[in-house]
Amino acid sequence: MKEVILEVRNLQVLGDKQTILDVPKLQVEMGETLAFLGPNGAGKTTLLQVLAFLQSPHEGTVFFKGLPVDYKKNLLPLRRSLAVVFQEPLLFDTTVFENVASGLKLRRASRQEIYEKVFIWLERLGISHLANRSARTLSGGEAQRTSLARAFVLNPQILFLDEPFAALDSPSREALIEDIEHILRETHTTTILVTHDRSEVLRLADRVAIMDRGKILQMGRTDEVFNHPINETVAAFVGIETVLPGKVVEGREGTFLVKISEGHTIETIGNLRVGGDVLVCLRPEQVTLETLERDPGTCRSEGREKKDSILLRPEKITSSARNRIKGRILRVVPQGLYYKVILDCGFPLTSFVTKHSVEALNLKEGRSILATFKATAVHIIPK
Amino acid sequence: MDLIWEGIRKAFELLIHRDREVLEITLLSLRVSGLATIGSLFLGVSIGTFLALSRFPGRRLWITLINTGMGLPPVVVGLFVTILLWRNGPLGFFHLLYTPTAMVIAQTILATPIMAGLTIAAIQHLNPKLRLQILALGASRCQMVWLLLKEARLPLLAAIMASFGGVISEVGASMMVGGNIKGQTRVLTTATVLETSRGEFGMAIALSILLFLLTFSVNLTLTLLQQRERPK
Repeated sequence: MKEVILEVRNLQVLGDKQTILDVPKLQVEMGETLAFLGPNGAGKTTLLQVLAFLQSPHEGTVFFKGLPVDYKKNLLPLRRSLAVVFQEPLLFDTTVFENVASGLKLRRASRQEIYEKVFIWLERLGISHLANRSARTLSGGEAQRTSLARAFVLNPQILFLDEPFAALDSPSREALIEDIEHILRETHTTTILVTHDRSEVLRLADRVAIMDRGKILQMGRTDEVFNHPINETVAAFVGIETVLPGKVVEGREGTFLVKISEGHTIETIGNLRVGGDVLVCLRPEQVTLETLERDPGTCRSEGREKKDSILLRPEKITSSARNRIKGRILRVVPQGLYYKVILDCGFPLTSFVTKHSVEALNLKEGRSILATFKATAVHIIPK
Repeated sequence: MDLIWEGIRKAFELLIHRDREVLEITLLSLRVSGLATIGSLFLGVSIGTFLALSRFPGRRLWITLINTGMGLPPVVVGLFVTILLWRNGPLGFFHLLYTPTAMVIAQTILATPIMAGLTIAAIQHLNPKLRLQILALGASRCQMVWLLLKEARLPLLAAIMASFGGVISEVGASMMVGGNIKGQTRVLTTATVLETSRGEFGMAIALSILLFLLTFSVNLTLTLLQQRERPK
C-alpha cells in the first residue's frame, strides 16, 4: 500500500437539525486522484473544506502525513501546502498574470521565481497569450484555466477540485478535462475531486467514494465501484440505468437464470443462491441493439413476434451474447455524443448507441427491436 | 443680479491677487478636512471590515447604528464635542476647544460612520466565497483582509470622496468647536457664513467658489485614482 497523506477518523460535521457529514474512516493515498461523487447536498463540499483545513469538524480527527491536525491552532502552514479550485473561478480584479502569481506573492516568493513559475503554468494551461489581459474579460473556460494555473503554480501536496468543470460549456469542459488529465498524470499530484458528473470520475479518478446524505456509501477503485455497486442507490449514481428486481430461478455451472417478470428471464453469472431475491443491474453501454428484419437468422417466426416480448433462444447460436430480448422502442433521446434508447421489453431497458447506429438501424419510437447483452455484463446485487 | 456679478468680479480679484487671508482660510479647510478624512479612513475601514467579516450577537444593531450615523447632524456632533472639550468637561484639560484639532476631531466623528457604512457595503458586495478562496491560497488573516479591501477599492474610493465631501462642506460643527476665530480656526464654510451675515456678498461668493474648486480638485484626484486605466 502506498503512503497515506491524509486520513480521517470518526469525522462529524453537525448542522442545525441533522448531521451534515459522518465519515468514520477515510484514507487518501499519496499521488492518487480520489473523487467524491454524489448529488447536491451529499456533504461532498463540506468534506472537501474540512480536508482543506477551511472548516473545522465538530467531531473526529484528520491526520495530515500521519500527524493529527489541531483545527484550533494556526492552520496557515498547513493551508500553504494545499491548493483549492472552486466551481466559480473567483479571480481577482487584475491581470491573469497577477492572479496566477497571487498565491506565490502571499508566500513572499522572489520576483524571479514568480515570473518563471507563473509562465510555466500559463503555458501548460494554454493561456500564456492572456497573461496581461484583465481577468474580468475572460470567458468561462479561460477564467477556470487561470484559477487552475493559480493552484498548480503552488505545487500543492494535495490539490482540491470542487466541481471545477460544472459551470463550463461542453466544448471548453471537454478540452479542460483533457488537459487536467494529462497534467495530473505527469505531476502525480494527490488530487481530491468533488463532482456530480460520472464522466469526470471515470476519466480522472483512481478511486471514487459515492456519497449521499453526509455518508460514504461505497468507496473503492473506480472501475470496481462503477461495475459492482453494493446497492440500488450507488447503482443509480454510477449510471446504471436499468435496475430490476428479480428472483434467481435456476442455476448450473456458475450460470444463473433470474426471473424479472412473467415470461422474462435474464442469464447471468456469479455465485448466487437459487430462490434468492436480487437486483439485476445493467449499464446502458452494454446493451446492443439489432433490427429484427435485417437479422433473420436470430429472428423467430411471425407468430411469436406478435407476442409482446420474449426471451429468444435461437437454435443456432451465432453470438456470445446470452441475453437476446425483443422489445419496442419507447423513446430515442439525444445525449450529445450519443443517443439514449429506452425500450419496453416487458420491463424497462436502456441502451446507449451512436448517432450512426440510430441512422443506420433507423431507430424510431414504436419500432420493434432486438436487445442483446452478455451474461457477464449483468451485475447482481443480492437483497 | 448686479449683486452676483459684483460678487463674481470680487471673487476673481481675490483669487488673482492671492489674498493672504483667503489663502490661509483655504489651506486650513484643506488641512482640517483632509486630516479628518484620513482619520475616518483608518477608523471607518477598520470598524467596517470588522463588522462585515465577523459574526457576533448584536452585529446587526451595530451596523444599523453605523448606517444611522452616516446622516449625523453636524450641529449635534458639534454640541457633544464642545461639551466634552469644555473647560470643565471630561476632556477639558487638553485645552482643545476652539483649536483646529477640535475641528479635526469633530469632522472625524462625522466622517467615520460614512466610511464604515460604505466599507461594510463594499465588502459584503464581494462574493462571500472569495474569502474562502483567499484563505485557500495561503493568506494569513491580515493578508486576506488586505486582498478583500483591494478587491473593493472602487467603492472604497467612493467612500473616501463621500467622507471628504461631507466634512469639507460642513459648517455647524466647525463653527461650534472651532469658533470661527480669524487667523486660527476660520475655514471656508464658516467664513462664508460670516461674510454673508455681514452683507459682504462679494467675499462670500469668492469663498464659495474657492470651496467648490477645492472640493473639485480633491475629487478629481480621487476619481482619476479610482478610474485609473485598468488592464484590458
